[in-house]
Amino acid sequence: ETQKQRFQQLVHQMTELCWEKCMDKPGPKLDSRAETCFVNCVERFIDTSQFILNRLEQTQKSKSAFSESLSD
Amino acid sequence: PGLIMEQVKVQIAVANAQELLQRMTDKCFRKCIGKPGGSLDNSEQKCIAMCMDRYMDSWNTVSRAYNSRLQRERANM
Repeated sequence: ETQKQRFQQLVHQMTELCWEKCMDKPGPKLDSRAETCFVNCVERFIDTSQFILNRLEQTQKSKSAFSESLSD
Repeated sequence: PGLIMEQVKVQIAVANAQELLQRMTDKCFRKCIGKPGGSLDNSEQKCIAMCMDRYMDSWNTVSRAYNSRLQRERANM
């Protein structure tokens, strides 16, 4: 259930963010350009999230190597 | 224990509906209401109605896209 909840939370968050990027004036239907934008937006959001985690992990590693050499 | 799970599920569903409603209201107010008048005129009401439907469409699109991405990630592991 917690997983389902986390899923929902992220959908809410991404819908809000992507709405700002992809939606102009709300029309009678979601046109294909807007739909593509939303799909791309989701993918890029997750890419961004992964990128941040990876880079943070890397900078932590090099930081701890640095502080280890300092304490020598 | 089964009953508690059911109650939890309902609570989560309610929280989700509230979340959706809150964000939808925010977004549609921004899109549809210019300078706030003495009441909601016809065009504003039409806009809000369309906006609600489009917001739901967007939510569903995002949900599907996110689900696909999760499946793909799991397949790659």
